[in-house]
Amino acid sequence: MSKIEIKNIYKIFGTDPLSILPMVQKGASKEQVLEETGHTVGLDNVSISIEEGETFVCMGLSGSGKSTLIRHINRLIDPTHGEVIVNGTNVLDLNENQLIDFRKNEMSMVFQRFGLFPHKTVIQNVAYGLEIQGMQLEKRNEIAMKQIEAVGLIGFENQYPSQLSGGMQQRVGLARALATNPGILLMDEAFSALDPLIRSDMQQQLIELQSELKKTIVFITHDLDESLRLGDHIGILNGGRLVQVGTPEQIIMNPADDYVEAFVKDVNRAKVLRAKTVMIKADQFNAKDLKLSDTYKVNESVYIEEFLPKVLSDRSTIVVVDNKGDTMGYITEKELAISLSKTAHQK
Amino acid sequence: MLKKYKKYFNFGFFLIFILLLIVSYNSSKRKPDSVGELITDLRWLNNFPKWLDVPFMVWINDGWRAFSAKYGLIFDAIGYGLLRSYSIIKNFLVDVPWPIIVFAVVLLTFYASGKKYGTTLFVGLCTFSIGFLNPRFWDKAIETTTIVFIGIVLCVIVGIPIGIAMARSPKVRNAILPILDLMQVIPAFCYLIPGIILFGLGAIPAIIGIFIYSCPPLIRLTDLGIRLVDKEILEAAESFGANKKQKLWGVQLPLALPNIMQGINQCTMMALAMVVVASMIGTRGLGDEVLLGLQQLNVGSSLEAGLAIVLLAIVFDRITQAYGERIQERTQPAKKKK
Repeated sequence: MSKIEIKNIYKIFGTDPLSILPMVQKGASKEQVLEETGHTVGLDNVSISIEEGETFVCMGLSGSGKSTLIRHINRLIDPTHGEVIVNGTNVLDLNENQLIDFRKNEMSMVFQRFGLFPHKTVIQNVAYGLEIQGMQLEKRNEIAMKQIEAVGLIGFENQYPSQLSGGMQQRVGLARALATNPGILLMDEAFSALDPLIRSDMQQQLIELQSELKKTIVFITHDLDESLRLGDHIGILNGGRLVQVGTPEQIIMNPADDYVEAFVKDVNRAKVLRAKTVMIKADQFNAKDLKLSDTYKVNESVYIEEFLPKVLSDRSTIVVVDNKGDTMGYITEKELAISLSKTAHQK
Repeated sequence: MLKKYKKYFNFGFFLIFILLLIVSYNSSKRKPDSVGELITDLRWLNNFPKWLDVPFMVWINDGWRAFSAKYGLIFDAIGYGLLRSYSIIKNFLVDVPWPIIVFAVVLLTFYASGKKYGTTLFVGLCTFSIGFLNPRFWDKAIETTTIVFIGIVLCVIVGIPIGIAMARSPKVRNAILPILDLMQVIPAFCYLIPGIILFGLGAIPAIIGIFIYSCPPLIRLTDLGIRLVDKEILEAAESFGANKKQKLWGVQLPLALPNIMQGINQCTMMALAMVVVASMIGTRGLGDEVLLGLQQLNVGSSLEAGLAIVLLAIVFDRITQAYGERIQERTQPAKKKK
């Protein structure tokens, strides 16, 4: 059973969404629906399942419905049709009080423009979720301080959000989301409003936190590099439709359509592809060609960029090994050339 | 849903209009001898015919009489309560020696403005100048202040909850907006006179007048302030499982407070304007002095009293404004950052 299961979600915005639903289900395009009925299709038959402990990145350009999708998970938006199942419970069946309890305990959210309370100090912001849960002031401040420490904001706890820089504000947002210790973290373009250096820092911080905490993270972004860096799985949305779901390697190596291909065209492949993805399997490789003096061993999960200079400068062949040290396959200049060229998947 | 019934609504209105036409024709004393005459004699098309007159005045007067006979007691009770609080506050303030009042105003301004010396000094000077203009004005200004104060308290008690209800539901807003328009546009004397009938002459109808005239801006600004709260911040509160009450008290009201304070400020200014009008129905206070000067064609006296009202307005304005600004600084300090 997946942690989060989204089944055939449709979301149509407008005065009478239900009457438009059959038309959309028959496959009318977004533009067609808008022109004929004045309704906007937000999501069109989207199904995703997200496993416990993974980071699922949902990617798309603005207007692709990604922010709408994430708001279905904690039901800030109700779907026109479909099911959202979290931990085996259908979120849409919950009544108002159950929904409030569900939001209190199961998940928390980080927002693009931070969504901090400007009239509360940093520590009050971080403790907000706990305050809503009804925790005593002293206890919740204690927990909040721990989170503030975890995101490196000690000394700022009594400042107001507007006195902090963007990056610091988003760390407050992250600390606030983590303070309630939820199983699921929803991050809506959490780092999009930050400048590139700080964004990279925050991504690193999130990866480190995640390696300890093992939350289920749903991350929304319009930045492919970010999604490749963070995601265990990536879902690509276009115009409300889910066009491809897969691991970063799958997306890069086998784009499902022109849209995804245009997306991945300019990616730095060396940073994303791992040795095991590009290697030739040991049994398909003519080991006679191999001069043992020129080999170099790397682990199968290492990124290309780490051994690329070695291949270029020493003309050596890479031997890919697994964690036990057994040979899995080989990489020569030829494999590198294929995997790094932009049209590699067509071969 | 609504679209489906709109047709019937329109038809209903049309029916009512026809009914009104028939009723007004029948009840008119100047109607022609027979309906047939209307067709043979077309002179009625030249001027608006006298028989085409809805007997609105008669209906209202009858209704009003029945209403005041039935519910007069309730209004007596309300009037008595207001009068009691008015005289308690007024007598207390009149008894207090004037230097203490000036000092109290200075102290209030000092803390409300976040310890700004300039504002404090200015307000203190204005307060002193009210008596300085004409010693008679001091007690009158206190009467006026008391009326305005009670009026505003009423506005806050009634207005803010209505504003909140409007912000929450578009249906409530649509129902209330025309009433607010009516309250603002209808000439003051139209409700001051029924006020006299219900509450008698004096301070109470003035308080009611102030309430009707100056409540709308407070309601509007409360509604606007709450609706202007950043959607993402509200979503954040919701995503942590805040219920409606927690959202209102923890997020919406604190963030709408600068706007609400602006509403109270506007409310105060309009109340002061109303006090002068109310003097014509026998409300005492500074407005009374203006009226007296007018009646005696004493330009100096009425201008002096007018000036005193301006001073009083400045004092009110500075205090409420300064407090509003301080709240704003706390919630949005970024705007003040260098």
